[in-house]
Amino acid sequence: MKHSFLKLLTATLLLAVGFSGLTSCKPKGTQSAAGGDAAKAYVAPGKYDEFYSFVSGGFSGQMSVYGLPSGRLFRVIPVFSVDPEKGWGYNEETKPMLNTSHGFVPWDDLHHIALSVTKSEHDGRWAFGNANNTPRIARIDMKTFRTTEIIEIPNSAGNHSSPFITENSEYVVAGTRFSVPMGDNQDVPINTYKENFKGTVSFIGIDKTSGEMNVSFQIATPGINFDLARAGKGRSAGWFFFSCYNSEKANTLLEVNASQKDKDFIMAVNWKKAEEYAKAGKGVKKQVRYAHNKYNESTHTATSEIKNEVLMLDPKDCPDMVYFMPCPKSPHGCDTDPTGEYIVGSGKLAAVIPVFSFAKIEAAIAAKNFDGSYDGIPVLKYEAVLHGEVQKPGLGPLHTEFDGKGNAYTSFFVSSEIVKWSVKDLKVLDRVPTYYSIGHLSVPGGPTSKPHGKYVIAYNKITKDRYLPTGPELTQSAQIYDISGEKMKLILDFPTIGEPHYAEAIPASMIMKNSQKIYKLEDNKHPYAALGDDNAKVVRKGNEIHVYMTSIRSHFTPDNIEGVKLGDIVYFHVTNLEQDWDVPHGFAVKGIANAELLIMPGETQTLAWKPEKAGVYPMYCTDFCSALHQEMQGYIRVSPAGSNVPLTFSTGTNLPATTPAATGAPSTK
Amino acid sequence: MKNNLSITSRILVAFASGALIAVFFLPAWRIDLFAPQYPEGLMMNIWINGLSGDVEIINGLNHYIGMKHISVDMFPEFKYLPWVVGFFMLLGMIVAITGKRKFLLYYLILTVIGGALAVWDFYQWGYDYGHNLDPKAAIQVPGLSYQPPLFGHKRLLNFDAYSFPDVGGWVVIGASALAFSVWFTEWYRHRKKQIV
Repeated sequence: MKHSFLKLLTATLLLAVGFSGLTSCKPKGTQSAAGGDAAKAYVAPGKYDEFYSFVSGGFSGQMSVYGLPSGRLFRVIPVFSVDPEKGWGYNEETKPMLNTSHGFVPWDDLHHIALSVTKSEHDGRWAFGNANNTPRIARIDMKTFRTTEIIEIPNSAGNHSSPFITENSEYVVAGTRFSVPMGDNQDVPINTYKENFKGTVSFIGIDKTSGEMNVSFQIATPGINFDLARAGKGRSAGWFFFSCYNSEKANTLLEVNASQKDKDFIMAVNWKKAEEYAKAGKGVKKQVRYAHNKYNESTHTATSEIKNEVLMLDPKDCPDMVYFMPCPKSPHGCDTDPTGEYIVGSGKLAAVIPVFSFAKIEAAIAAKNFDGSYDGIPVLKYEAVLHGEVQKPGLGPLHTEFDGKGNAYTSFFVSSEIVKWSVKDLKVLDRVPTYYSIGHLSVPGGPTSKPHGKYVIAYNKITKDRYLPTGPELTQSAQIYDISGEKMKLILDFPTIGEPHYAEAIPASMIMKNSQKIYKLEDNKHPYAALGDDNAKVVRKGNEIHVYMTSIRSHFTPDNIEGVKLGDIVYFHVTNLEQDWDVPHGFAVKGIANAELLIMPGETQTLAWKPEKAGVYPMYCTDFCSALHQEMQGYIRVSPAGSNVPLTFSTGTNLPATTPAATGAPSTK
Repeated sequence: MKNNLSITSRILVAFASGALIAVFFLPAWRIDLFAPQYPEGLMMNIWINGLSGDVEIINGLNHYIGMKHISVDMFPEFKYLPWVVGFFMLLGMIVAITGKRKFLLYYLILTVIGGALAVWDFYQWGYDYGHNLDPKAAIQVPGLSYQPPLFGHKRLLNFDAYSFPDVGGWVVIGASALAFSVWFTEWYRHRKKQIV
């Protein structure tokens, strides 16, 4: 009995020890993270960050601006999605910005950022972003941090492979993510994909001084899917490299059917040659419909123009323009190193990272070292163009950035890590975990010929337990790693807006000195601007009522308006007369089925209102502008359709001087 | 010849009065305002014939406490000041050309009177601007006035106000100092000669 009791006790103890051993086998807490290095991300109150980071908003459709290394959010720039807080897409001035060949589209999915470059180095002028859903490219002016142009891409469906940029910002590109039927009859059975579906890559020319975009030419391609792209640099600057998947040309269950082949392609386009062909008239003009929307800085107003023609180059008529390079398993990222000699393909399902050599590509083309052709386009021999493969780098390589010291940093979605490797000898140097499942990564200046280095930022797809939980829906997480030493060190973890895909960071010194503070009133050429309280007025044009309104601390002129009738559309053209930095005024009307306005100093914005019921409607300033902000308010009286209340307006005095005793009934006189 | 200025003195006087031309191209006075919301400061430059700087912003802020809207029209001085400066330049040149020591003394006496009048005028304007407030002003603090400092620093509600000569003003001060020192040197030399 005693013996068996001892046995039982020993067994229990052993079990307990065993379990405790098991639990200690759990992976080390992810909190092992920052520690003493967090100070490197600390930017003291009142001090400025070293970098601006322009971060795509993904499904939010916007672009956000963060400081690095602090991870502080400065601004969310409305781009493809409406933003009622700023009146973006609601006020009359910006509605045309979201016009497309499908009409007004209030939303999109902004994936990638391209900052303008000169000699493949950042020049701090514009940021470009792509709309992945309804294919478009937007241009953001870095002086105003506002979207100033949006161009729709014809013959495209899902503008994912975009808006990457050439060495002197000659072009941004747009490769279609979906191949689709093109031309007059697009009503075809989906299972005729192989015959009827085609792809395109578009080259959007950028005006050197104004930045204005135009679809310069498109290249017709086989019906495959374009994923990402990068321009060459230095000697390869005349080329563009596009990763593609679905060379199987599947139209259903792509996760299986588009993963059959051992190798897909990176498409190499000699864009300088394409440009020559376009100029030489080798292209065919195709009838299309696409919107081109421009914001005019002096009228503060956007216009939308529908264009009907595009120049299409067919590789069959344009030899030596397009080549395919085999790349293992559905390549995603396609990145060129700072010298332009190496092109890194990242096969999402590949066990290696292939690195191609531009010198070898040139040699293989010269020697016609082909491995057959794909839809008539020559395929270069894999071994002939390969610089080498990074062996056992990790699982699920996606994107690669560079630090300018000969190192590459590749993100791995499946193994959730960043791997640092040497471009020259393809040796893995270091790896750090990310939290969790990193998508894109960003080194300041990483895609340029002169990376600024210092940090790599991981933009992750899964957040889980990184922050305090907020129900099923969580923010996205990003991590900053210090890469100044041999080893990458996590220094900060910060939440982000929307779902960031790509981001680009640029030294603050290149942007902040140009940042605009106000819109000068003397330059305000808005047709409905009231430049001074004395110019405020209310004008009836048929059933339109135009209120030329001014706002200045702390009143609107006019702030009492009568004579509006049901059936009228009231346009409030509000001019903010302030000329001092950071004194915006807001404008809102009770019950308005539209949005509010947020008007910067010197700016004019217009809010349209169709009142549905007679009565008196309050209006007020929504931006706390001054000590008497709360007093910045007024009234608009709306009378029935047949009413004979005269149109009057005033501030500070009563007009009409004697108020009829009537309570909404037509006044008698 | 005894009562005449040396050639060096005459050149210096000519130079001093000629230097006054600077105030036609440079602001004479500046007022700087700092507040928690304005760490970068607001500035108003006063010229002999006008104003520049953040005048509109200052007006926008000051209307809350009922201060008048500062504009060029409220200063008749801007109409005649250029003539006054021109007159002093002409006078200085006459002193230099004639070389009479007595004339230099008169010139300096006039300079002192002119300077005193300018200070008095500036004080008068500042007093009126700071005291004569709109009775319907939004913010009214009983017993409080907002007269800007004549010279140096003064706290006005949430603002630290500083009033100092601007570049043009310093040129005028320098030129006057030069003219004075010329007179003193001449006076000292003359006295020594008399003793000898």
